[in-house]
Amino acid sequence: MAEKTYAGVTINVDEEGYMTDSSQWTKEVAAEIAKEEGIDELTDTHYAVLEFIRQKVSEGATLTIRAIGKSGHTDIKGFYKLFPGAPLKKATKIAGVPKPSSCV
Amino acid sequence: MKKLVILGAGTGGTIMANRMRKELDRDEWDITIVDKYKSHYYQPGFLFIPFGMYKKRDVVKPKSDFIPYGVNVIYNEIDRVDGEKNQVLLKDGVVLNYDFLIIATGVKIFPDETPGIKGNLWHKKVFDYYTIEGSSALADFFKTWEGGDLVLNIAENPIKCPVAPLEFVMFADAFFVERGMRDKVNIKFVTPMSGAFTKPRASKVLGGLLKEKNIEIVPDFYIEKVDNENQKIVSYDEQEVHFDCLVTIPVHKGDPMIGRSGLGDDMDFALTDKYTLRSDKFENIFILGDAANIPTSKAGSVVHFASEIVFENLMCAIENRPLTGKFDGHSNCYIETGFGKGALIDFNYDTEPLPGHFPFPGIGPFGLLKETRMNHYGKLLFRWMYWHILLKGKEMPISAHMTMAGKKLHDI
Repeated sequence: MAEKTYAGVTINVDEEGYMTDSSQWTKEVAAEIAKEEGIDELTDTHYAVLEFIRQKVSEGATLTIRAIGKSGHTDIKGFYKLFPGAPLKKATKIAGVPKPSSCV
Repeated sequence: MKKLVILGAGTGGTIMANRMRKELDRDEWDITIVDKYKSHYYQPGFLFIPFGMYKKRDVVKPKSDFIPYGVNVIYNEIDRVDGEKNQVLLKDGVVLNYDFLIIATGVKIFPDETPGIKGNLWHKKVFDYYTIEGSSALADFFKTWEGGDLVLNIAENPIKCPVAPLEFVMFADAFFVERGMRDKVNIKFVTPMSGAFTKPRASKVLGGLLKEKNIEIVPDFYIEKVDNENQKIVSYDEQEVHFDCLVTIPVHKGDPMIGRSGLGDDMDFALTDKYTLRSDKFENIFILGDAANIPTSKAGSVVHFASEIVFENLMCAIENRPLTGKFDGHSNCYIETGFGKGALIDFNYDTEPLPGHFPFPGIGPFGLLKETRMNHYGKLLFRWMYWHILLKGKEMPISAHMTMAGKKLHDI
């Protein structure tokens, strides 16, 4: 188990940098992880998507790009623009939830 | 008379019909199984059809051959389950009452979810091989194909048998080498994942195999549409890959009946406790196999292991005892790698595929996470075991729970 410091708080992370204790998440922590992922500023839409992801994960739902596209906060294209490259991996990392395990 | 209803007469439903009929007294329990179709397909065999290794007759048998005497069979479409009333409603107005229900309706491909898959190139240059129609059409196409860009694309996870796409491209490599035209075929593996497979060690080994075979991996590609005119697949972030032959693994979803019944998630997979395999919604409904939203592979081996847990827990529920069966997500997959060889992986919810020997430590005869001839024979032998042992609910020589015996944590 590794630790990292974001926004002055020590956070537990796994070897790939995903937070292992979702309750340590704050908006400030998210903003700093986002910077590491190359996203300079998190907008309200970013946060809405992050909250949606956190809620889905806490309900135990399987997270898919498709589900986020239907979330009402953004469509799939928009999701790619918000979190360029590998959106689901980036967004879950910034949302402080485990890496999606849907692909087994 | 008490009633057990089983929805779906595929691998899971058939196993349960056999096991439950043996266990439950005929004077006390009525068992009914419902399915739309009369043919049972050995789905792992679809992979072999495009390459002429199996024909349709090798993978299809009548469902009725496997359903035991004393079980009522209804061939009909299911409208929905009314969990509050303990009823299953069929399409033509027939109502089935149940005391306990097993849902084993599996998973299907939905090519229409991706624009352009079913365009004017469908089954001409764009194929699936997850249906008998698709794999047969592809077999015909390959007979006269002169080569070009052969692109395999996974639209979205989860899919049935996550190793099947890898097996497909490795078979294709061997197939075109043997036909003396491998230099004319450019094979690409285009996936929304960041590598060949999701589990790290297996991804490394399998990714290495693809590289050796000169198969290009295009990772992090999430398909938006198929451009039929220019023969390209296009991702949401506007990457493009040209194809002369596209083999697509379309979006998979559960049976829409699960959604109509309010038992599922947004992909129509039934909400299921991943340890007890009981529905999250109703205590007298159990979910078996691909229909469940549990985080394990959608594959026959998983259905088989899970069926032992459903059996144990259903008997607990019937006899009013606490549920004692706990599923560990055990999955065991033979992976064809071409040229008469195969690999084998064995894993569960918590343990990724590791190298070693299976099932006997140090002996095998099967090698884990490496290519051997014996693994290939294991896969071929499995078809016989499927029809003769597995579907009939007889004992298989492999435990439902994964074991660490024979696995090596280091040394890769």
